[in-house]
Amino acid sequence: MPSLEHIANLVHDWLNAQFSPGLALFFEFFIIGVLIIGLFSILGLVLIMMERKVSAWMQLRLGPNRVGPKGMFQTVADTVKLIVKEGMTPDGVDKLLFNLAPFIVMIVAMVIMAPLMFAKNFQIWDINIGVFFITAISSLSVIGILMAGWASNNKYSLLGAMRSGAQIVSYELSAGFALLTIVILTGDLKISAIVNAQSDGWWIFKGHLPVWIAFVIFMIAVTAETNRAPFDMAEAESELTAGFHTEYSGMKFALFFLAEYVNIFVVCALGATLFLGGWQPLHFGTGTGFNRVMDYIPSSIWFAGKTFFLIFVIMWFRWTFPRLRIDQLLNLEWKYLLPISMFNLLLATLITIMGWHF
Amino acid sequence: MSITQILFWVLTAMAIGSSLMMITRKNPVYSVLWLIMTFFAISGHYLLMNAQFLFIVNLIVYTGAIMVLFLYVLMLIDLRHDTEPRKNKWLKFAGAVAGGCLLLVIVAALKDSDIKSNVVQTGEGDIGLIANLGKALFNEYVVPFEISSILFLSAMVGAVVIGKKE
Repeated sequence: MPSLEHIANLVHDWLNAQFSPGLALFFEFFIIGVLIIGLFSILGLVLIMMERKVSAWMQLRLGPNRVGPKGMFQTVADTVKLIVKEGMTPDGVDKLLFNLAPFIVMIVAMVIMAPLMFAKNFQIWDINIGVFFITAISSLSVIGILMAGWASNNKYSLLGAMRSGAQIVSYELSAGFALLTIVILTGDLKISAIVNAQSDGWWIFKGHLPVWIAFVIFMIAVTAETNRAPFDMAEAESELTAGFHTEYSGMKFALFFLAEYVNIFVVCALGATLFLGGWQPLHFGTGTGFNRVMDYIPSSIWFAGKTFFLIFVIMWFRWTFPRLRIDQLLNLEWKYLLPISMFNLLLATLITIMGWHF
Repeated sequence: MSITQILFWVLTAMAIGSSLMMITRKNPVYSVLWLIMTFFAISGHYLLMNAQFLFIVNLIVYTGAIMVLFLYVLMLIDLRHDTEPRKNKWLKFAGAVAGGCLLLVIVAALKDSDIKSNVVQTGEGDIGLIANLGKALFNEYVVPFEISSILFLSAMVGAVVIGKKE
């Protein structure tokens, strides 16, 4: 069975045989761009469908069930509706920033994809600071949100953007500390090195106590960072209409919506890479029959399975917990999560130095 | 021209152009956004020198943190009314003289340095990679590094203490 690594190598060799290296590189950039855009549209369709089905299941409803088999084409119909809608630009807005903001949020979501490892040896750019790259770039999306909120010239939008900014900037700290725990245990920031370090067991099994704490903190922090309920203060509809994207309609609104789901995918992929072993199959002990069976499942399936499991967990949060107040939200971060993650970092350092992990 | 040279000139033009735009914009929010563009271009230069860690630190510290705070403050101020006081003509003149003096000092300092014989290594060299940077920081500069990290930690603890109600 051809793996993704195999296909990528075939394309690379073929391009280099046909064209000069510079031109081949250009074509590879082009192919990667097309693939990322394709991945984005598929993610948008699948994740929104998944969200609606999960919410329906949790609330004992059926969910969308009219368009296509079991309502599977509902999101396709919604997308067509959003594309043909008029993209309005209200009169009082700052035209340039208002129209630029959704694209900035989208471009940031695209750039984060670069160091993610989708399957064995299948990744765009194995930068030697992979994890740090993801946290740094994802902190830029707040610029797009602030631009959207301010340019809309609407008090609800501005309030939503301000809340979102405060939330993203504060929860970034905890998420960063949780990532650092794994970086300390591995001793490397490279994504490929972190995945390879888990070939004899995922960090969530090998690293025990500090990794468990870090994993819980990471899941809470990324839920807040992606502005998802129960932390969706930025677009709390009962208080702020729709937050920073109140004034947006048509495709510009769809870009914000899509960026939210893509960001969920990215943070869950990161969580799966760091804590659940990336593309590494589940192994118990060494050389047993169970491990052989697990090895037959392709690495891309393992990665996608873990990522979608974490996405399901985040959706589960959304439909289980009521929304926090803004002061409760900031209290949770600064008074509880931040001190806990700092002490957890010390604990992880101690365990790494003493060699107490498996 | 090689790809590296083309990228260098594009980034340089972007840095200078967006910093000029930054100081000439009337609206402070636009100024901050152009400044973010400038930082992006400068970070790109780090990447050309294979200093990936410095590239990302420059992005996270300046555009991700400091500029976001700037934007935050500016957006809360009501800027729509044209209430900005007229600046004195002499003030502009003094500013130009002061800036010119700074430029003169920098040019004079660079002129005598050995910068002309030290050509930047592009695309190679591993001095900017995180392992080498970490070794340099923790061997040669360990005391200043630790003191500055204590400074940051105390700032963070201070923020938590101020945030706590009595």
